[in-house]
Amino acid sequence: MNCSLRIAGALFATAEFSFGQNVHSVANIFRPQATPADSVYNVSMLMLAICAAIFVVVGGLLTFTIVRFRRRKADDPREPAQVYGSNRIEIAWTVIPVLIVLVLGMATARAVVEVQDKRMPADALKVTVIGHQWWWEFRYPDLGIVTANELHVPLSTAAKPAVAALRLESADVAHSFWVPQLAGKTDVIPGITNNMWIDPRQAGVFLGNCAEYCGMQHANMLIRIIVEPPAEFERWAAEQKLDAAVDPHLAEARGMFLSLNCINCHTVSGTEAKGTFGPDLSHLMSRTTLGSGMIPNTQENLRAWIKDPQAIKRGNLMPNLQLNSRELDEVAKYLSSLK
Amino acid sequence: MPSRLHEWIVTVDHKRLGILYIATSLFFFAVAGVLAALMRLQLAFPNATFVPPEVFNRLMTMHGTTMVFLVGMPFFAGLANYLTPLMIGSRDMAFPRLNAFGYWIFLFGGMLLYFSYVAGEGLAGHGTAPDVGWFAYAPLTERAFSRGASTDYWILSIILTGIGTTASAINVIATIVSMRCKGMTLARMPLFVWLMLVVSSMVLFALPPLTAGQVMLLLDRYLGAHFFDTQAGGSAVLWQHFFWVFGHPEVYILMLPGFACASEIIPVFSRKPMFGRPAMIGATIGIGMLSSGVWAHHMFSVGMTASSNIYFAVASMAVGIPTGIKIFNWLGTMYGGKIRFDTPMLFCIGFLFQFLIAGLTGIMLAVAPFDWQVTDSYFVVAHFHYVLLGGLLFTLFGGLYYWFPKATGKMLSETLGKWHFWLLVIGFHLTFDTLHFAGILGMPRRIYTYAPGRGWETLNLIASIGVIFQAAGVACLVWNIIRSLRKGKPAGSDPWDAWTLEWATASPPPEYNFAVLPEVRSSRPLWDLKHPEDPDWRYE
Amino acid sequence: MTPTIAANPTGALQETGALKQPEWMLPDRGRVAVLCLFTTEFTLFSIFVVAYIFYIGKSLSGPMPSQVLELPIWATICLLSSSITVAIAERALKSNQIQRFKVWTGVTILLGLEFLRNTAVEWSHLIRDFHLTISTNLFGTTFYSLVGLHASHVAIGLMLLLLAFVLGLRGSMCGQARRFELLAWYWHFVDAVWVAVFTVVYVIGR
Repeated sequence: MNCSLRIAGALFATAEFSFGQNVHSVANIFRPQATPADSVYNVSMLMLAICAAIFVVVGGLLTFTIVRFRRRKADDPREPAQVYGSNRIEIAWTVIPVLIVLVLGMATARAVVEVQDKRMPADALKVTVIGHQWWWEFRYPDLGIVTANELHVPLSTAAKPAVAALRLESADVAHSFWVPQLAGKTDVIPGITNNMWIDPRQAGVFLGNCAEYCGMQHANMLIRIIVEPPAEFERWAAEQKLDAAVDPHLAEARGMFLSLNCINCHTVSGTEAKGTFGPDLSHLMSRTTLGSGMIPNTQENLRAWIKDPQAIKRGNLMPNLQLNSRELDEVAKYLSSLK
Repeated sequence: MPSRLHEWIVTVDHKRLGILYIATSLFFFAVAGVLAALMRLQLAFPNATFVPPEVFNRLMTMHGTTMVFLVGMPFFAGLANYLTPLMIGSRDMAFPRLNAFGYWIFLFGGMLLYFSYVAGEGLAGHGTAPDVGWFAYAPLTERAFSRGASTDYWILSIILTGIGTTASAINVIATIVSMRCKGMTLARMPLFVWLMLVVSSMVLFALPPLTAGQVMLLLDRYLGAHFFDTQAGGSAVLWQHFFWVFGHPEVYILMLPGFACASEIIPVFSRKPMFGRPAMIGATIGIGMLSSGVWAHHMFSVGMTASSNIYFAVASMAVGIPTGIKIFNWLGTMYGGKIRFDTPMLFCIGFLFQFLIAGLTGIMLAVAPFDWQVTDSYFVVAHFHYVLLGGLLFTLFGGLYYWFPKATGKMLSETLGKWHFWLLVIGFHLTFDTLHFAGILGMPRRIYTYAPGRGWETLNLIASIGVIFQAAGVACLVWNIIRSLRKGKPAGSDPWDAWTLEWATASPPPEYNFAVLPEVRSSRPLWDLKHPEDPDWRYE
Repeated sequence: MTPTIAANPTGALQETGALKQPEWMLPDRGRVAVLCLFTTEFTLFSIFVVAYIFYIGKSLSGPMPSQVLELPIWATICLLSSSITVAIAERALKSNQIQRFKVWTGVTILLGLEFLRNTAVEWSHLIRDFHLTISTNLFGTTFYSLVGLHASHVAIGLMLLLLAFVLGLRGSMCGQARRFELLAWYWHFVDAVWVAVFTVVYVIGR
């Protein structure tokens, strides 16, 4: 109970936790910050206007009818005129909806093509997104970078447009990649590769979720897209490309880590740890959260996670390794050095 | 065994079976409502720990599965089986024993599904109530990802209830086609009967894909088949296609019986015939046919080509046209009438406003790009609860208040009925109006908790408070039924001054329905009798 | 309520001889029900056919249809001719020739059994010699499920035909031509499905 309260407190801070970044914590689909989301926004406004008009007209008629034609005490007891219908009216209220459907259909078609059939520019940043139960793997094939849960992309400006082209694959079950302010969701399905693209025009952190029920911790398969000016993005990429930091003072801690089962699931570049089942840890401390966006990446949380991941993210596929106190300290110390 | 209980168990009388269907459906409704209340309790606050994730995931799966298969479908079967013979002037359904078979296999399927809760922990502590969501996407449902028997309970109970539903549908069609009383041409059938005919026809086309998919999944899980096994080249998307080929017509199958109730109640309480009867019949058939061609609007984000997405978007908007025509015709029926606001009509008026909104959010969802944002979010959850609760349930409650006197000979209390209505309206809107906005602010569905700071806390709290009012409303209904059964006002054969054949016999009807099978000359035979100077058959 | 000529409880006026003109004739409910059943069965088979066609050529490994399938000509001849024999039996029953009915129903059952025997031989050949099972690959999955679904419908039909035959032996089939007609329809339906399955599996899919 005590443990979960503490965790709840840590979680409470998560959405606003920023490491000094500007987190857009409310992911309103009607505050688009990239072109695909813009296309959706534009057709949605037309759609909303049409639907609102229909609602006002029909709802108004309904209200008028109930009020005007309610039975009053003073009414004579005879039945009202028995009207069976009117062909003209039937035609009218068939033709008008048909016209509305045509207009809305054409606007829809245009928006669909705008988003789906966009040709990717040659200099688009290529990212492979691999959905796992319950975390996200991000690979930048051209840059030789592998990271997890937090996707860095460069800011797109009018002067220098920057498109990120995402290839979506799944390692297990169906997931869905949804960062509302940047684009509609695209499913991540094993056996097929889907593509989507974003060109964010505001810096900061955009929040998203897995949007296809994928098992126990679907709720905590969160996405953070960190949009940075090109210079900062280049700096981040350069750091990520390097092998994991080697601190001579931590030789013992490093040795402890490499002797444990951790290396069966995790990769730390430049070491014998080459497991691919779990997230790449080479630059773990460059990430702001742990557990796929669940808790801030602090010393305390990292230690708590390693000690018992099941207590924080119940059912997740990292088992409780039953480390003793010393092993725990050493591993935590080592991982904390992986900037 | 006491003989009364024995009578109910061995009955093949369509009226008794209809009551059994509806009573069982209401029971499962209460159960699924409790499941929902537990979910809303968990979601009322961010990072709540009221239920752990695995329990929540079972709650949401069981809530959806129960509401669709153990509440919606049996309510259709109950209404159709109770009323069709009475409305067409026959003594029973075409196949009374098949009717009984359909009920008992449905009950068995429902009990099998809930047996999963008590059957004990499955392998690896995964529990045994299904937790894969009511549409159970592959490959989450394959053995590798769903160990234990939970998914199997889901599969088997749905196969069983599906057989029952199909049996009911065949029975309804055979009854309507072959057993109408003299003079009742298809054109003169009550709209209720028309809608049941279309619904039953849709069942014939929609249920088999579901059954096929279930059998394929069972083969995957038990005989090592690879239908949806992506490791062996199987397709996860194929499951989605098969499921939604069932699933989309299914939501119309659920909704049309509600339209059936509305189409009987609104004319009677407006004191006018249905405006545009032929158009209503045509629109119903149109909905039945068009709805089978729009299923992939549940799959807009799956990665289909632009042309496919555009086709399904436009087709889905097109289905809105006959649906809109129906709303306009109900409006036209009320216009110029003398509207009585008894409880059945109150519920139908609530339905009209709410279904208008539900239909409009449906049109919105047909706009594929908008759907890319809000599918699998609380917007879509709000939309379909608007259809099924705000639309279907309101009309079914209306039907309940309308035909309860016929089935039991006692009137339900108007006062309690109005309390039921208003509490439900308040609670329904508190919950589901707000949830639209949660979806717009990026809240996905099927999550057992959420972090604060995303803009979702207040909306979820309000939504959860709405549950209290809804529960209070349903409690009024339950109390109303119990009280009225004991000491309700005697109803007489025709308490509402209505016009279709079921009101021409006693309340409750004798086992043989009619002493002499009637002969009709119009679609409102009782109107003709009550108004010999101005009968309908002069105008039809 | 205006007293009327009370219609027969099933709603359809049966032939009452020369006295009354049948003025309110509705289709027979048994026929309607069986046609509805065919609709559901047709849809059910369609889904399995769609799965079969979708997965043609998509198996990642294992035996391919062209390597292992042979045209089941004899089985097809048996099954399709059993449609003729059941029609003969049906007509015999309608004109009350019970002996003829029994003989031709018996022939139909034998032809149906021969079809199933053929299927069993084919499958054991596939399993034993080619190691093709439902779990081998996508071809195995879709083949056994589709052909098996059809075979199960043949089996059900055979059981019902056997029932009719036994009832015929006991003399209980007199006047049951209407019911036997529906069973014959079911048998024709199963044969028609076989034509489709045969085309998809042994012609197109190979």
